[in-house]
Amino acid sequence: MKLKRETIYGYLFILPWLVGFLVLVLYPMIQSFYYSLNNMRITPLGLKFIYVGFNNYRDVWLQDMFFITELFSFGVDTLIRIPVIVVFALVIAMLLNQDVKFKGLFRTIFFLPVIVASGPVINQLVDQGATAIPMLDQDVIMSILTSFLPNFFAEVVGNLFNQIITILWYSGVQILLFLASLQKIDPNLYEAAKIDGGSSWECFWKITLPTIKPIILINLVYTLISLANSGQNPIIDLIYANMFNATRGYGFASAMAWMYAVIIALMLLIIFLVFREKKSTRA
Amino acid sequence: MSAKNATSVVTILKNDTLNTKQKLRLIKLRMEHFFLGFNDRKGFLLKFVIYTLLLGIGFVYLYPILYMFVTSMKSLNDLLDTAINWIPSSVYMTNYKQAYEVLNVRPALLGSLQIALFPTILQVMIASLVGYGFSRFDFPLKKFWFGLMIFSFIVPPQITMMPTYRLFSDLGLTGSILAFIIPAGLGQGLNSTIFILIFYQFFKQTPKSLYEAAEVDGASQFTNFFKIAIPMAVPAFIVSFLFSFVWYWNETYLTSLYLTSSSTDITTILLQLQSFSQNYETLYPATEAGPNKINEGIKMAGTMVSILPLLITYFFLQRYFVESVDNTGITGE
Repeated sequence: MKLKRETIYGYLFILPWLVGFLVLVLYPMIQSFYYSLNNMRITPLGLKFIYVGFNNYRDVWLQDMFFITELFSFGVDTLIRIPVIVVFALVIAMLLNQDVKFKGLFRTIFFLPVIVASGPVINQLVDQGATAIPMLDQDVIMSILTSFLPNFFAEVVGNLFNQIITILWYSGVQILLFLASLQKIDPNLYEAAKIDGGSSWECFWKITLPTIKPIILINLVYTLISLANSGQNPIIDLIYANMFNATRGYGFASAMAWMYAVIIALMLLIIFLVFREKKSTRA
Repeated sequence: MSAKNATSVVTILKNDTLNTKQKLRLIKLRMEHFFLGFNDRKGFLLKFVIYTLLLGIGFVYLYPILYMFVTSMKSLNDLLDTAINWIPSSVYMTNYKQAYEVLNVRPALLGSLQIALFPTILQVMIASLVGYGFSRFDFPLKKFWFGLMIFSFIVPPQITMMPTYRLFSDLGLTGSILAFIIPAGLGQGLNSTIFILIFYQFFKQTPKSLYEAAEVDGASQFTNFFKIAIPMAVPAFIVSFLFSFVWYWNETYLTSLYLTSSSTDITTILLQLQSFSQNYETLYPATEAGPNKINEGIKMAGTMVSILPLLITYFFLQRYFVESVDNTGITGE
């Protein structure tokens, strides 16, 4: 009896979300998959579906000039940006976790980008070159990089310097998450380690890092998702453009969105596999 | 600390009972303590490094905003003058005047406010309900639904975008604020999953016995929710409200999809910023003489105007934003 009542109330409370999920997530997902298998033409009588099987998927890879190049540059970009953002957020969080004066002020500054950084604002700033550190001379960096790195890779890293501020601007939430978890570590733990002769360096690897490992995973995932869905992402623009393209339309755009989703899912999977909690060592 | 150190160095020097060698050794020890620290106290060097890093990174963070602010104050002459870098020769407000007109500020602000405020209110209310449902009750398939909720955060919005867009345009919802309100009301607004998780964590921390006691006294589940859960979750409400507001305000993908692709009067300040250059050209057509050409100063003034409302809000409420993560226990177990 008790259990049944709980069931009713439980479902009652989550009902809005449940309806929303079915109507606005699951159903559109199925529909979008269906779209992707069809060629959609807009006729005077409304939309016309022509079943084409997996042709759209093939065309995404073979016919679209931009998709593969954009996807590749997105992949390389993301693989470099994620570690930079997460490591950087961790460093800042650890600095702020020290006993520093004006901690509040610094936190306010580091969190500011979360508030103001929206697509158009960042675009404007990038246009004006306000996102590169002016003291770093691009040409010098590039010439140093190309001297010991393959050309393609040097370009990617040089690009990183060029965009360094926008990249750092993506780390506000991550800093807060790290900071909150660092503050939860029992200071006695460090004290005990110090008494046993552990250096700060050892404390970091043996105490700090293992404790915040779950947060590292959360931050990696969060960073990937926010980069993947950000308005600066050219693939998203590409999908949007194809959606309203007369010769391609929804079907092609859907196929592209699905392929993109698969790539993101693969990246997530890699992150999970690398950073999953190893149960056997914990037990 | 340094002053105290200096005086102690002087007292060591003045101390006649010690010979020079002992004095030197003591001073060396003092210096070592000062620079490298001892026991729990951090040395000067480490502190110096920490503050230098913080200040340096802080500057890098603020640089774009400072740059934006300074550039927006520059007249055309100042922009062309390479000698003028950080301090404009005069306070030049014409950029702002033009940007204000180009951005169509009043209706755009109103639109932004509408689109940020109403979905946010609904979204937070629904998220609290759903979070409460997930945290308080055990029901069959709960884990399954919970997993799907997290999954829905990971699904790229581009997949669901097109069918949803068609659905909404069939229902005649595009171009109206309802296109934002309805998903928010169904727990599928912007980043809804995060808000549901915030409330879930928060309600999980409140002791179950509290609700059970109220139930014994004859409270229904809904009285429990409204009379016990909500008053306790005020911090979670504040955080969710602020974040949701900011995210809706900064959203441009959905707004450009729903608002610009169909004829409508609603516009947001960021949509205006997105088409700033075009709007500028229609408002100030370039003539033969060409004094009206858009320049960085005007663009930066426009950007500045568009972020100003959020900036002001942030400086008043930053405490809630920044301390939020600690309060809500998002990182909790």
